[in-house]
Amino acid sequence: MSEVKLTVNGRAVTRDVEDRTLLVTLLREHLGLTGTHVGCDTSQCGACTVHIDGHAVKSCTVLAAQVDGSEVVTIEGLADGASLHPMQEAFRTHHGLQCGFCTPGMIMMGIDIVQRHSSLDEETIRKELEGNICRCTGYHNIVKAIKAAADDMAVGTPSMAAE
Amino acid sequence: MGEGIGARVLRKEDQRFITGKGRYTDDISERDMTHGVFVRSPHAHARIRSIDASEAKNVPGFVGIVTGQDLIDGAIGNIICGWMIYSKDGSAMKAAPWKVMDPEIVRHVGQPVAFVVAETRAAAVDAAEAVTVDYEELPALTNFHHALDPGAVEVHPEAPGNLICDWQLGDEAATDDAFAKAAHVVELDLEQNRLVPNAIEPRAAIASYNVAEEHYTLNTTSQNPHVARLCLSAFYNVAPEHKLRVIAPDVGGGFGSKIYIYPEEITCLFAARVLERPVKWVADRSESFLTDAHGRDHKTKAKLALDADLKFTGLKVETIANIGAYMSLFSSATPTYLYATLLSGQYTTPNIYCNVKLVYSHTTPVDAYRGAGRPEATFVVERIVEAAARKLGVDPIELRRKNFIREFPYQTPVLMAYDPTDFDALVEKGLAHADHAGFPARRAEAERRGKLRGMGFSCYIEACGLAPSKAVGQLGGGVGQWESAEVRVNPVGTIEILTGSHSHGQGHETTFAQVVADRLGVPVGNVAIVHGDTDKIQFGMGSYGSRSGPVGMGAIARALDKVEAKAKVIAGHLMEADPSDIVIENGELKVAGTDRKLGWHEMTLAAYTAHNLPDGIEPGLTEKAFYDPANFTFPAGCFVCEVEIDPDTGITRVVRFVAVDDFGVIVNPNVVEGQVHGGLAQGIGQALYEGAYYDDAGQLLTGSYMDYCLPRADDLPSFSLDHVETPNPNNPLGVKGCGEAGAIGAPAAVINAVTDALRTEAMTMPATPEKVWRAVQAMRAPIAAE
Ligand code: FES
Ligand code: FES
Repeated sequence: MSEVKLTVNGRAVTRDVEDRTLLVTLLREHLGLTGTHVGCDTSQCGACTVHIDGHAVKSCTVLAAQVDGSEVVTIEGLADGASLHPMQEAFRTHHGLQCGFCTPGMIMMGIDIVQRHSSLDEETIRKELEGNICRCTGYHNIVKAIKAAADDMAVGTPSMAAE
Repeated sequence: MGEGIGARVLRKEDQRFITGKGRYTDDISERDMTHGVFVRSPHAHARIRSIDASEAKNVPGFVGIVTGQDLIDGAIGNIICGWMIYSKDGSAMKAAPWKVMDPEIVRHVGQPVAFVVAETRAAAVDAAEAVTVDYEELPALTNFHHALDPGAVEVHPEAPGNLICDWQLGDEAATDDAFAKAAHVVELDLEQNRLVPNAIEPRAAIASYNVAEEHYTLNTTSQNPHVARLCLSAFYNVAPEHKLRVIAPDVGGGFGSKIYIYPEEITCLFAARVLERPVKWVADRSESFLTDAHGRDHKTKAKLALDADLKFTGLKVETIANIGAYMSLFSSATPTYLYATLLSGQYTTPNIYCNVKLVYSHTTPVDAYRGAGRPEATFVVERIVEAAARKLGVDPIELRRKNFIREFPYQTPVLMAYDPTDFDALVEKGLAHADHAGFPARRAEAERRGKLRGMGFSCYIEACGLAPSKAVGQLGGGVGQWESAEVRVNPVGTIEILTGSHSHGQGHETTFAQVVADRLGVPVGNVAIVHGDTDKIQFGMGSYGSRSGPVGMGAIARALDKVEAKAKVIAGHLMEADPSDIVIENGELKVAGTDRKLGWHEMTLAAYTAHNLPDGIEPGLTEKAFYDPANFTFPAGCFVCEVEIDPDTGITRVVRFVAVDDFGVIVNPNVVEGQVHGGLAQGIGQALYEGAYYDDAGQLLTGSYMDYCLPRADDLPSFSLDHVETPNPNNPLGVKGCGEAGAIGAPAAVINAVTDALRTEAMTMPATPEKVWRAVQAMRAPIAAE
């Protein structure tokens, strides 16, 4: 067993977990944050993507013990009260989701992509989404949503600053 | 239009999905819940000598184990195939029993052998690993191309020579005659690659049992919870129908794979009763690859007869369809009635004959996957038409136009009666969006860069909205194919729609509400859609085969008719007018031609206070309808695909994809376009990327996302969509269904483009870089030799 202390969505948490516990298991089963999903067992689908210290990471690929002391943000931590993060808003406005299962990972990845690029074109977004699989949307509207959010985020919004 | 039919209303369900508040099966926990893991066969064909769980029992957290013998002792029934078909000699299909967990023999890798339950998932994994199964390996038949070979290994003694059914449709003699008289005959060998559906949410189940009430609850990833309950009670004998509640909460995609009731869900329910504790099972992706019903997997010989005027006079198709190790629920219908009935395509071909041999193999069961039979039919028709055009030196569009059906209703030689559609209009729009005229210049430009360009077409027609129950029954289907709906109008005027359709991504919570908004003028926000729970909804056939629009919404429309009629009676009474003079507009009931009116909520309140209702009118306002469609619906379209191939690497890129569809009336363009995008991605995936392969020992070589290529964002282009709207004359709303069109039409368009670029007809799906590169070498060889 290991004691893990970390901040999740701004809240300090401490848990004793089995050493083999994955971060995604800690989030979903120990903390009840079921918005982070598991879609595969080979680190390919990206449904489990969260932010660790500001970077998108597949939480099925990290042991909970490895993120001791880190700051983790999950899909549940994005919205500021009733006001959605621009990436969330863009996914809704552009119909960037159908079944919603890949969506949390896509949104977390989308934010990371925008943060790493000063300007984004369709080709770059598609390349950057390599590690996130969606079976429903054909990516068409996901790409559109990320592009739109990038434009919104460039303007600078409070919810970005809060992250 | 407002929020009614045709409006681009943003989806109501999105709020929970984008904030991480969706509620999928694995997100649910029950008090005192245990976790189950299946022990699965590593062999494609083996006899089970023994199962030793003594080590497993010592694993900390072990709770219990269920074996196949336990299920048999518990009188659990075999898994059924729900559609009876007959061979051409009149004999019934030879379906071998499918035991939930066969205690004696395994017939595909991944077949469940035992179910181990423990306090945590990790403990269950440990305990399952500690179970020792002693197998006697047997020779396996994993390549279905050899299933019918003399002396082939037999999968089931009930089906000698692995032949389940030798099925036919159409007039063989007349078709042969057409070939005898033909001016031209074009032949083509085709393969339908085997696909894995891959909903991103893996299958999952949580079963619980209330001892005091002898009542079961199953939360599961189902596209059709009522059908699941029916099968679980009537056939699998798990629980009586009135003592079993099946809930399909948020479901993360289905594509057919979540129609079926698999051994896992049955076993979970059984275990919950035996252990008297809730049991959760969640598939990992490897299990999904091994056990979710796969799709397609045909080998086909087709030939097309043409007269001197290039009119199609006959089509003959011979197909071997791989069913896998067991006959899944719709496995008999998918490669027969859902396939051969669409071989007419958009053309007036007068003589069509199709023979399908359904065969067993030691592989995962194969069943309906997005499109189910119709992608296979479209691929045959649209590939051979394009090949014929090339062979005969005519423009592929001209050849199609020569043969288009233009008079409706049109009775095909293969059972279907098409409703009106304008195929010419679809093609015209398709060519315009694809800048067909500019293609030669683009091809020349690509050649200057050392690249190969090709353009391919696919003019599909499909049948969806399963379907008149009577017809389905006559063709051997085991269930009715109607849908049910209930409209509950509350005293304050808000509305709940209880529907038998199930949304697992289709956006019903929005589109169904739009149908109500359109009719009654109440805001979409005042309409709640309830689905996916057998305790709440009376019955439903669920969602597959693009039936939620034409059938599910049809039922809602019928229930709304009744609500509207009663509302007018009440309003008429209150306003002292004849009900026939009442019109409903913008949330008000008005007496036509006067300024007298009543708010919707005033009328509904009156219905519930019942202080002043006309004689003989019951209080309340809630109505039900069961809607049984008069016919299938027939969406059709024209797809144009342009590819560019790098001859040095064999990499094919789809550089332009145009889809013009006729879905009849469109309720929400955002949602419909989304369905097309997703379907196209799966169709392009089939054509270029996806394929499930087994080795000779029966191991699935493509058992993860590392080796089964699910299209990623950079494998696909942005799509260019348009539509033609011919309202369906038989449907209460004029809708036709849109969920599968993309997957149905796309493969032929892509492969027609690839073969156009490569100037050869010999290309199987998926057209991987290796295959394409080899084709490029073959194409260049004679040039080099010159
Ligand atoms: S679950 Fe983490 S990448 Fe698939
Ligand atoms: S929306 Fe269903 S997997 Fe992406």
